[in-house]
Amino acid sequence: MLDDFFVRALVAGIGVAAVAGPLGCFVVWRRLAYFGDTLSHAALLGVGLALLLQVNVTLAVFAVSAGVSLALLALQRRASLSSDALLGLLSHSALALGLVALAFMTWVRFDLMGLLFGDILAVSVHDIALVYGGGVVVLVVLAWIWRPLFAATVNQELAEAEGLEPERANIVFMLLMAGVIAIAMKIVGVLLITAMLIIPAATARRFASGPEQMAVLAALFGIVSVVGGLFASLEWDTPSGPSIVVAALALFLASLSPLASWITRALRRSAGPQSEVMHR
Amino acid sequence: MVSNSDPTGAPAPSSPLVSLSNAGVQRDGAWLVRGVDLAVRPGEIVTLIGPNGSGKSTTAKMALGILSPDEGRAERRPDVRVAYVPQKVMIDWTLPLTVERFLSLTARADPKDARAALAATGISHLRSAEVRNLSGGEFQRALLARAMCRKPDLLVLDEPVQGVDYTGEIALYDLIKRIRDDLGCGVLLISHDLHVVMAATDHVICLNGHVCCQGAPVAVASSAEYRRLFGGRASDTLAVYEHHHDHTHLPDGRVRHADGTVTDHCHPHDTAQDHGAEGATTSEEKTRHAG
Repeated sequence: MLDDFFVRALVAGIGVAAVAGPLGCFVVWRRLAYFGDTLSHAALLGVGLALLLQVNVTLAVFAVSAGVSLALLALQRRASLSSDALLGLLSHSALALGLVALAFMTWVRFDLMGLLFGDILAVSVHDIALVYGGGVVVLVVLAWIWRPLFAATVNQELAEAEGLEPERANIVFMLLMAGVIAIAMKIVGVLLITAMLIIPAATARRFASGPEQMAVLAALFGIVSVVGGLFASLEWDTPSGPSIVVAALALFLASLSPLASWITRALRRSAGPQSEVMHR
Repeated sequence: MVSNSDPTGAPAPSSPLVSLSNAGVQRDGAWLVRGVDLAVRPGEIVTLIGPNGSGKSTTAKMALGILSPDEGRAERRPDVRVAYVPQKVMIDWTLPLTVERFLSLTARADPKDARAALAATGISHLRSAEVRNLSGGEFQRALLARAMCRKPDLLVLDEPVQGVDYTGEIALYDLIKRIRDDLGCGVLLISHDLHVVMAATDHVICLNGHVCCQGAPVAVASSAEYRRLFGGRASDTLAVYEHHHDHTHLPDGRVRHADGTVTDHCHPHDTAQDHGAEGATTSEEKTRHAG
């Protein structure tokens, strides 16, 4: 079954969406969209370094993204610049450095478009193992830090006063982001990873009545986008990453339609009385 | 740094849950607050009062360990379970968060406790409402309900009744007292409601960048420092809660009694005063020293 490139792409894409959804909720809640962009741009530098040093690409991307996260934390502490300016500085410096590094390596034949926009043809069984292995690790760790991370998202000082050590959860979360960028890069491409994090979460917001529910819905909407986008990509011969993002956008727009708000109301109505009874 | 006061064994029941000694926080070369001494013991309600910017929240954050003092010490007992009601909590509109889920924010709340807390704070009907749609007063009630669910040893409340209607205010202060009685927890309260403070508190600390006076409510209310800070409202407070008030502390430290005589001390023949005037006197000395 995995012999077929398209099935491989589907399986890998579904894995990425299942991890990106829950993590993307935190990106939306904490207003970290630009941070996601920064990490994914830094991924390009990771690819350049991996080729130069002949090391595993995914590992190099994770290392560079994690390094950029920690550099951001350190720079914020000594803050003479605002966070968004720091992010812009890190983001575009890493992107430029990556492109320059790649251009120097004339002996490397490199598919830049595939890197930027994703390439379903390139997904191997090895990539699938990586997506699922890494994905399970990310989700398990996220579940482990869920309460402190969510409490810190609501109010950092409250979490700190009540002994949840939110600072530790914040650092772990940044490492998880770096991990997701590293495993998602090949499927949706460097430029569009942030979209996979944000758009399904934004769609889920309209239907969710709790944070955990929103995380699950975001994963589901992401999976639907991957399946829809990949089929469209096969049908019309479009690049895989942009096709998935367009499918996610279509879902988001549909969630704004009157039909969707009717569904939401119906869901709330049917959930409402039931839970009343439960708690009596 | 927050350090543990008694690492060797179980602390005595009456030892403070949290204590600050000569603690202060500095930002950009200016002291937000300085020279704070306070202790909260189990079953005791300690209230911080003072004008805006007098360092009340900063002091509470030192007690909680959110801020570490740049000077002096903050000590908490190692096993203390804390519940905190911050002054400001902004709930981002992107967060889908019901009141019920909010109660379990930092630790899973037992459903029975959650129901009881919602009923006690008068928001049972809002159990599945989204937190961001609550009014200011309703949200304060939700914050207090959440703190109740934690069954804390130490409850820190930063202006817990802001935005609550007048009758609700009294009910919530009663509730705070009831929580203290039920759980036997220590309460550190920041409040602007001088009347209530004077009625419901065991110990008042009046801040104005430093401790301007502290002691039992009656003693603080009659101190000159307090009157200078709060002016006319302070006199009202006295009128309402000082029914057996029989003497006045003059600005120069002397005391005018009800019969019109003026002495150096309020109870020259009775050193064990029930109103803790000696606390007020020492802190007045400290104030002069700091000023």
